[in-house]
Amino acid sequence: MTVERMNEMKEQTFTITAETGVHARPATLLVNKAGQFESEIEIGYNDKKVNLKSIMGVMSLGIPKGAQITVSADGSDEEAALAGVTEIIKEHLGE
Amino acid sequence: MPTVRTKDLLDNFNLKLIAGEEGLHREITTSDISRPGIEMTGFFQFYPSERLQLIGRTEMAYFLELDEDKRRDRVRRLFTDITPGIVITRGMDVPNEMIEAANDAGVPILQSPRKTTRVISRLTNYLEIKFAPSTAIHGVLVDVYGVGVLITGQSGVGKSETALELVKRGHRLVADDSVEIRQEDYDTLIGNSPPLIEHLLEIRGVGIINIMTLFGAGSVLSSKKISFIIHLEIWDKMKQYDRLGLDEDTLKIMDVHIPKATIPVRPGRNLAVIIEVAAMNFRLKKMGVNAAEEFSERLSEMIEQEKEDME
Repeated sequence: MTVERMNEMKEQTFTITAETGVHARPATLLVNKAGQFESEIEIGYNDKKVNLKSIMGVMSLGIPKGAQITVSADGSDEEAALAGVTEIIKEHLGE
Repeated sequence: MPTVRTKDLLDNFNLKLIAGEEGLHREITTSDISRPGIEMTGFFQFYPSERLQLIGRTEMAYFLELDEDKRRDRVRRLFTDITPGIVITRGMDVPNEMIEAANDAGVPILQSPRKTTRVISRLTNYLEIKFAPSTAIHGVLVDVYGVGVLITGQSGVGKSETALELVKRGHRLVADDSVEIRQEDYDTLIGNSPPLIEHLLEIRGVGIINIMTLFGAGSVLSSKKISFIIHLEIWDKMKQYDRLGLDEDTLKIMDVHIPKATIPVRPGRNLAVIIEVAAMNFRLKKMGVNAAEEFSERLSEMIEQEKEDME
């Protein structure tokens, strides 16, 4: 039996302002942060969604400056997870 | 620092003692070697009397040109209380004045059949190794595909077990548990095993095993240059490990900085394979192929392309 949990999922949208886009180093910071939480965290760009805990996955999106991205967290610590990731994004990548 | 005496040179090189046997116990305190050419002319202001002195064909030819008074004067000032020895090269005959002075002052004269430059380089090499700064480190030194890999980490993290697995895969053990390291030149570290535990490995639950008798002469190596350090530590969830390989961490041993990678240990991780790959990747980087940097460039191009498409 699958339980529909859509309404419980936390989601937030950001715009990337960093000149290099989501390059290797900022991607590492994001992934390391996401790895500290239990929740499932995903990053979406252009219809593609990948696990934010997978570094190769995140980098494979090739997110440039000016892109709109969505970060979603689902799980027991989803609020803390989203807050943690938001902090990294605001500090290194965008708004 | 080990003590080197003139006698050690006699034992280790093809030298013949001509005179001054009394001084064989003299200590050599520096690896520098002097050729007293200028001193032969009577200029002794900067004479480094504490060094080993080497007299080659040039110095000897000049000496023989001098009149007897001058010869006596020169040898008296050359053969001092602290001069550890005089080496005469090319098997040249030693003039009587020198033999007398050597016996009076107790400075050994050693005769070598070889050419001066050859003797200088061999003696310098020998003395530099003897005087090289050295230290000992807790770890395991293994030759992996020709790369000297020093495995460090806390007791019980699995260094010896990893070394055993590497030996089984055809790599070579240099030292287990304690690695003696000496610095040669300013940028090279050479590791070897303390003589007592050479070829031995201690595996918990099995005991001490002899790698050479178990796996053959090809599985051990007496010394190896240390090129790469792999630090093993129990996986710490909160610690961030290198994910990309773009940054190079180093560890300083004596005056030398050695590239270092920290590998988290978790049950089920095959450390031997990871170390093999790390060693190969290290060689590849030395040859100019850097996968992490190439990837980073590819990513830059892709992001640039995306950006253009967006505009």
